[in-house]
Amino acid sequence: MAELRRTRLHRAHVELGGRMVPFAGWELPVQYPSGPLAEHHAVRNAAGIFDIDHMGQIRVTGPDALPFLQRIQVFDASTLEVWDAHYSLMTYDDGTIVDDIFIYRLDDGWMIAVNAANREKDLAWMQAHTQGLDVQVQDISEPTYMLAVQGPRAEAVLQKLTQANLAPVPARTALRAQVAGVEMVLGRTGYTGEDGFELFFDADQAETVWWRILEAGQEEGLLPCGLAARDSLRFEACLPLYGHEISAETTPHEARLGWVVSLDKEDFIGREALWKTRLEGPPRLLVGLEMIDRAVPREGYPIAVEGRVVGHVTTGMKSPTLGTFLALGYVPRGHHRLGTQVEIQVRGKPRRAQVVRRPFYKPRYRPGRVSR
Amino acid sequence: MATYRFDPNAKYAKTHEWVRMEDGLAVVGISDAAQDMLSDVVFVDLPEVGEEVTAGDAVAVVESVKAAEDVYAPVSGVVVEVNEELVESPELVNDDPYGAWFFKIRPGSTLEEELAALMGPEEYAKHLEETAH
Repeated sequence: MAELRRTRLHRAHVELGGRMVPFAGWELPVQYPSGPLAEHHAVRNAAGIFDIDHMGQIRVTGPDALPFLQRIQVFDASTLEVWDAHYSLMTYDDGTIVDDIFIYRLDDGWMIAVNAANREKDLAWMQAHTQGLDVQVQDISEPTYMLAVQGPRAEAVLQKLTQANLAPVPARTALRAQVAGVEMVLGRTGYTGEDGFELFFDADQAETVWWRILEAGQEEGLLPCGLAARDSLRFEACLPLYGHEISAETTPHEARLGWVVSLDKEDFIGREALWKTRLEGPPRLLVGLEMIDRAVPREGYPIAVEGRVVGHVTTGMKSPTLGTFLALGYVPRGHHRLGTQVEIQVRGKPRRAQVVRRPFYKPRYRPGRVSR
Repeated sequence: MATYRFDPNAKYAKTHEWVRMEDGLAVVGISDAAQDMLSDVVFVDLPEVGEEVTAGDAVAVVESVKAAEDVYAPVSGVVVEVNEELVESPELVNDDPYGAWFFKIRPGSTLEEELAALMGPEEYAKHLEETAH
């Protein structure tokens, strides 16, 4: 196995008692001594800080940056003004998913945040589709550090470290500001179902920014948070994770991400296939499931109807916020309606579950920017 | 490596269960090291009272935020009591691993040799050190 990569905060994580584990080729803290539940609750009720430098950033510039983005991803990027940010997907010709991404329209070009495990693949995919366009696609992951500060107190924590007025910043927009003396791009974005910010800045400043935020966050109840809390937070908000809910074997509509796909914009890779699934309806659908019997559903457990396996759990756990046993998983269309009863085979034993409304936890974002 | 607590009166299995003899019954739980490795325990699945078990059988399940682990019977016999309190409050396993017992077994005739095959606290501590990476 290849050597695991370490972020510039590796020493900080160890110093804080972080339990380091392999994740997408990186060595990252799965939790700190306070534990994944306390970290989860800190983000829901106060604030948490995550080292997410394993995620990649790709810069797209040049006169044809917009036509290029329109070609390689599903959302109508022409609707984005400078400082807007939006979730999107890149799809293959057959409509399956290359990666889920976040697009930032900055004052000097575009920035795409991508999943760690897909960084090289995404870059190669993007660079292979620039033909005929005057566009530069550049991987800026190395010099760019990425942290997430999330939770209802995230704004208050960061406000202590910046002159910029953060209160009026709408969700899914970004700004340039100096935080803890470091120039950065701050996106009012995240992947926890809470208000919060994602920070992009010079990687050499990682330790400074990390410790300053931890210090400023102390009286706000901010905790450093690991991968386990990141997963339970995004799961409750039903935010998909590549390799679990979405992959090169799933399409946006079956993953309930049809809202991201602008089928009526100019042509893009995968459009024809997505029109087709849109019209015909996908054969299977991602659903939220709540256990009726007491058992913890987990990734990979079979979902059965009358003893016949019809799908699998993609993520499952005891929800820290709700206290219920919940799962996301795929079932054939027809078994996807609210209240439909299925069985999840928990270590070989059938346990009853029923389809419930998604998201399990309603995200508490700030209002977005009002479109003009 | 973290420093773990041990119950001096218990014997330990390689699979991190502890067993303590109380009033002729084998009381079984999981060690401090086990609960620490699991992190926050959110669910415990207990055996049925009356179930006949053989040493080494997976008879209970303990699940944390991230993982599900089997709990094995360290000795053979019949399950005579289970700790229902853990079903409602699985976090007790983290808070007090040597108080939060899972089940009690009325042991059979093989008890002595089964106990002899388990580790004492020092030996178990050494085992943990050797298996830590």
